[in-house]
Amino acid sequence: MKSIEQINEKISSGKAVVLTAEEIIDYVDEKGLEQAAKEVDVVTTATFGPMCSSGCFINLGHSKPKMRITEAWLDDVSAYAGVAAVDLFLGATQLQANDPANRDYPGDFRFGGGHVMEKLVAGEEVQLFALSYGTDEYPLKELRTTLTINDLNQCIMVNPRNCYQNYNVAVNTSDKPIHTYLGYLKPHMKNCGYSSAGQLSPLLNDPFYRTIGVGTRVWLAGAQGHVYSEGTQHSPTCERGLLGVPSEGAGTLALTGDMKKMLPEFVRGVSLKGYGISLSVGVGIPIPILDEQMLLQTTIRDRDIMAQVIDYASDYPQRNGRVLGSVSYEELKSGSISLDGQKIEAGGLSSYSKARKIAALLQDEIKTGRFLLTQPIAPLPVEQSMKPLKESSL
Amino acid sequence: MSDEIQTKKLMLYFPECETEKPIVYHLVKDYDLIINIFRARVTPEDEGYLVLDVTGTEEHILQGSEYIRSLGIRIDGVNKGLIWDKDKCAQCGCCVPHCPTNALSIPDRRTMEIVFNTEECIECLSCIKVCPFGAVSSLF
Repeated sequence: MKSIEQINEKISSGKAVVLTAEEIIDYVDEKGLEQAAKEVDVVTTATFGPMCSSGCFINLGHSKPKMRITEAWLDDVSAYAGVAAVDLFLGATQLQANDPANRDYPGDFRFGGGHVMEKLVAGEEVQLFALSYGTDEYPLKELRTTLTINDLNQCIMVNPRNCYQNYNVAVNTSDKPIHTYLGYLKPHMKNCGYSSAGQLSPLLNDPFYRTIGVGTRVWLAGAQGHVYSEGTQHSPTCERGLLGVPSEGAGTLALTGDMKKMLPEFVRGVSLKGYGISLSVGVGIPIPILDEQMLLQTTIRDRDIMAQVIDYASDYPQRNGRVLGSVSYEELKSGSISLDGQKIEAGGLSSYSKARKIAALLQDEIKTGRFLLTQPIAPLPVEQSMKPLKESSL
Repeated sequence: MSDEIQTKKLMLYFPECETEKPIVYHLVKDYDLIINIFRARVTPEDEGYLVLDVTGTEEHILQGSEYIRSLGIRIDGVNKGLIWDKDKCAQCGCCVPHCPTNALSIPDRRTMEIVFNTEECIECLSCIKVCPFGAVSSLF
């Protein structure tokens, strides 16, 4: 049994043994659980994919004369100004003004909040346009300027829902193509879309949130951020398989981090044809190997992680709750799955290759003493489920 | 000069030049070439592009290429109308099930990295529609 303090001492002295969630599988096979648990201090997990429910808080600083902003646009993307005089909240899924959306179906959705966030992290200039009604101490009524992230006082990313513990596999049983947030789905289940890093994914390696909790330090697109809460739609009371790994949606994390310290490669605007805008973010989370049980959890393999196949042509939009079947991540990553004897081509939205890169970057930061682990200040709920919207007649 | 039949991909660029000539007809008739056109945008009195495969002997392909150049048309044998930007690609793999020729593929399922094989690309443009990161674009 190790404590996080003991592990941090080893990290600080450069002696910590750190493996990625991919490397640990063979290592435990080779050394045995008992021996490996003594040797290994940390396992790094990671994911990179669209994280709708993302955005950022921006403090602009004051203009001269001052302005109490009531409406604002960054590169013509509306940012919420009802926070404070010069604080804005920019949402990742907000469309650029005058985007035809799906009026010209399927819409292209070329630019939105996620792309503004990408530009900010990349150090590019964005245009600010702001309006106000004017007050005695904030007389300015209109402002147009350009700025980069370095001109902002703060630019703080918030992901109210990130790191979904598992996710649906989307298919289309209808006879027409459909455009979804899991990609373009051909008719008659010719292809499927999925999104998870499988065996590298943070919450699949700590399925009961033993080490990941409120306050856990995370690698958020290169910055050191942290978990500030359970994520929205956190729903841990669910069906679970081997080692307690959920076979459906389940837990989520709410994360925050300083965008000024992020790496452009891991903050990417997403345009999903016919659906809308999102943001792909890279996250890495270290799992301290406190004991053999914790190590065992991190040995989960793609073949043991199951995901539910859902029909996005009818059952998903109509909330019918029907599940067409279950498939493993090993199958999904092979490029095709089999459902009722039909071969279905599989394409991901989550980038396993980027997740591997993040797990290795975090591994290096821990090994070299630049990233220390934290003890959560509060656990994430382990019993909670989502309920549908209450709709009443007026 | 080899008599072996070979196939070469060519991208022709018409910089506001003479385009009334039946180029494909002459390539077939005069140089005994088999032509497979992937994409074309040629409008009179404007610039245009044509992406095609030519199949024939090395000599005939060379002669045919000379004929094309003599009309003031530029030939690019390397680039194609479709461009895959490796740096913009987030390696998600969303495009792979939509690529009919495996020009975009994941050869190593352990690393899950995307590889673009320009030789296999037939410029169907399916990838452009499905790429969430704008990593593929068309010159046309």
